[in-house]
Amino acid sequence: MTKGEIVLGCLAPHPPHLVYAENPDENEPISEGGWEALRWGYARLARKLKTIDYDAIVILTPHWQTYIGTHFLGCDSFKSLSVDPIFPNLFRYHYDLKVDVELSEKMCEIAGESGIITKMMRNPDFRVDYGTITSCHLLNPDWDKPIVTVSSNRNRHYYSVEVMNEQAQALGRACRKAIEESGKRVVLIASHSLSHRHFTTEAPLPEDMSREHIYNHSQYVWDMKVIDLMRDGKMQEFIDLMPEFTEQTMAETEGGGLTWMMAAMGMPNYPAEIYGYQSVIGTGNVVACWDPNEESREWVL
Amino acid sequence: MSDDPVLFGLYVPPHPHPLLAPDQNKGWGELRAAYDECRRRIEESEADVIIVYSTTWPSIVGHQFQVQPEPEWVHVDDDFHFLGSMPYKFKMDVEFGNAYKNAAESRGLHARTVAYHGFPIDTGSVVALSLLNPDNRIPACIVSSNMYANRSETIVLGKAARDALKAQGKKAVIVAVSSLSNRMFTKHVEPEDDRIHSAKDEDWNQKILEFFEDGRLEDLSQLSRDIHGQIRVQKVVAYKPAWWMAATMGQHNNYDGEVLAYASLHGSGGAVIQLTPAKGSVGDKEFDEDDVETYRGDRNVLHDGAGDMQALGGVDGPLDEAERPEEDDEGWRNPVEVIDDLYDEYGTTVISHAGGAIGAAAGAALAGPVGSVAASIVAKKTVGKMMSKDGAIIAEDAPSAVGAYPHARRMGNLLFISGVGPRSPEDNTIPGGPIEDGDGNPLDYDIEAQTEACIENIRIILEACEADLSNIVDVTTFLVDMKRDFAGYNKVYAKHFEEIQATRTTLAIQALPTPIAVEMKVIAKAP
Repeated sequence: MTKGEIVLGCLAPHPPHLVYAENPDENEPISEGGWEALRWGYARLARKLKTIDYDAIVILTPHWQTYIGTHFLGCDSFKSLSVDPIFPNLFRYHYDLKVDVELSEKMCEIAGESGIITKMMRNPDFRVDYGTITSCHLLNPDWDKPIVTVSSNRNRHYYSVEVMNEQAQALGRACRKAIEESGKRVVLIASHSLSHRHFTTEAPLPEDMSREHIYNHSQYVWDMKVIDLMRDGKMQEFIDLMPEFTEQTMAETEGGGLTWMMAAMGMPNYPAEIYGYQSVIGTGNVVACWDPNEESREWVL
Repeated sequence: MSDDPVLFGLYVPPHPHPLLAPDQNKGWGELRAAYDECRRRIEESEADVIIVYSTTWPSIVGHQFQVQPEPEWVHVDDDFHFLGSMPYKFKMDVEFGNAYKNAAESRGLHARTVAYHGFPIDTGSVVALSLLNPDNRIPACIVSSNMYANRSETIVLGKAARDALKAQGKKAVIVAVSSLSNRMFTKHVEPEDDRIHSAKDEDWNQKILEFFEDGRLEDLSQLSRDIHGQIRVQKVVAYKPAWWMAATMGQHNNYDGEVLAYASLHGSGGAVIQLTPAKGSVGDKEFDEDDVETYRGDRNVLHDGAGDMQALGGVDGPLDEAERPEEDDEGWRNPVEVIDDLYDEYGTTVISHAGGAIGAAAGAALAGPVGSVAASIVAKKTVGKMMSKDGAIIAEDAPSAVGAYPHARRMGNLLFISGVGPRSPEDNTIPGGPIEDGDGNPLDYDIEAQTEACIENIRIILEACEADLSNIVDVTTFLVDMKRDFAGYNKVYAKHFEEIQATRTTLAIQALPTPIAVEMKVIAKAP
């Protein structure tokens, strides 16, 4: 069997506002647009994804939160309605997706062998989290590839962000091994924002861009620092800084997504492709990817 | 029949085990039996509505109230999906849900209703309503637990429930859905191996149960911060269900408490408890935090952090690279240059008396009523110039100083405010009246009015420093008659500082320079 590989890693934030702003058929609420810098960036990355030959998407999301180990989706398909519990006024999305159960089981098995607590999720009534739906919709709106969702273990709540960082790396290395053994070409997605201080009130018109800005300057400075590290290909340095970044900006990196993906990709030392940065209800969001293939790697922004 | 709008309160666990797997563990079965007993009691009650506050429904944008008339779904828990699915169809009291939301807004909370098909009702609410009200005999109302909310918001949220009940003339059974200790095992355990995670958790759970059994709900509410620090995994900022439950049930200790069951739920502490309002009390509260009626302003849990991070050199990491503002930056002037300019404009007679005491120095130079006016003019003219990063600050709209000192002085990231009395900045009169006449004969006066005026003057001075009361970190208060005035002063103080949580010292002193009863001195964080 050909050795499997990770063909692209994407940092893909999941504010439901972006789907809301786009007005796709699948989503019930209607908007007047908004957050174009991120959405246009997403569209460009989605076009790049169309040019890549791959078999499945594996996504780690902070909105499937598990406290008893890491869980993996384990049913062939899921079809339902995803309603954001925080912004139900923006996101009520009808999804119909396929799961690569074989790959999911492989990752669960190898992660378990490496000492990580794991569980397959076999309940067909399970509702897939809105982080998965949002990131996957924006990167692959055709939904023509099977996915695997990996839950976010809340080590950060039980122990510390340092423990989270270490365990996410162990999970990343195990997933890489599983992907290699599967013989499949896989796109990874870390589904989360960077800085994550929210405004706790919402504008009367949510897409009123005159009200949108980063929560505070410190958040912005941190976001720019870590984006610079991405642009410079210094991901090991970023991962080393991750606990402090997470603490200082309440970042969604607390779920381990980016750490997991970077560990799976062997800590890239080449520049990330940056597709866009914008705040959403005060949080800092960047759309970025890491392309291991030097020939297709681009300098975007 | 009691006039209390809450017939009784229940405290129940959010985990799905009593609903989906009561036969797999003795304790889970006992919790289920207790749930069933509570269901019977609710059925026998005269409740018009069941109000559920669930800690597993976190919200960010204010508090949310479920008003979908008949929400229907098949729910699956994120962690315990292997125990099975939870199909449900509930009946909501839409009228009450809207009233509760409006009452919350009236008390200053940000609130909104949700009425969307497919809205993900949380595990705790699904478990509680499925077991307590399976036939939907009584309509329900579910309210979220805001992630960032702390004590004041949660207390106010509870009081808003009583407001809505009274306004609609309804009787309620209220349900707080929460664990006691909430640390679960982080690995899979067989049902027969389940136990409380640690001896420490067990000790604290027993202490909490003892409080419940004694009916000491308000005492438990006062202990909430300790409980959060001791046995709660820090998923949110505080342990809130005791606050909500106590506020919703009237903030006292007069209950008949009954612990119907207590057991471990994958390591966490699960209990089914009933509190019924009763006559009599176990005694005074153990200690008191100030009460709060209305929530004012945004949560400072985030803003405080932001402020710290914005402070120059205030954090490690990239912000250490932040440079001190250039001298030509807006708002920043070298203090030496400022003083030089003042000498140029007003001359050495005025300026040389004291570096910061511009107004008083001018007054001293000219003496008498004319001097007083001159002092005021000089002070007002110089205020803008003195707004350097460090240095003296004179507030144009505050009562003038009675000596050679400025209203405030900034040093680094702190603002030091001179002692402030209640004198009116308009005409120097004393709101609430002076404490004595010109001959030293005592007069009746209103300490609450004086305290209000004191705090207003502090606010004016802080405003001149581009700050506000929320920046205050420390307060020192001087009272000339502690025995007479402390209660009134303390009441007004709580109204303004409940949220701010500044440290405070209150001292009794023999006299103040003018016939006032109170003076306050504060230290504040510079903006």
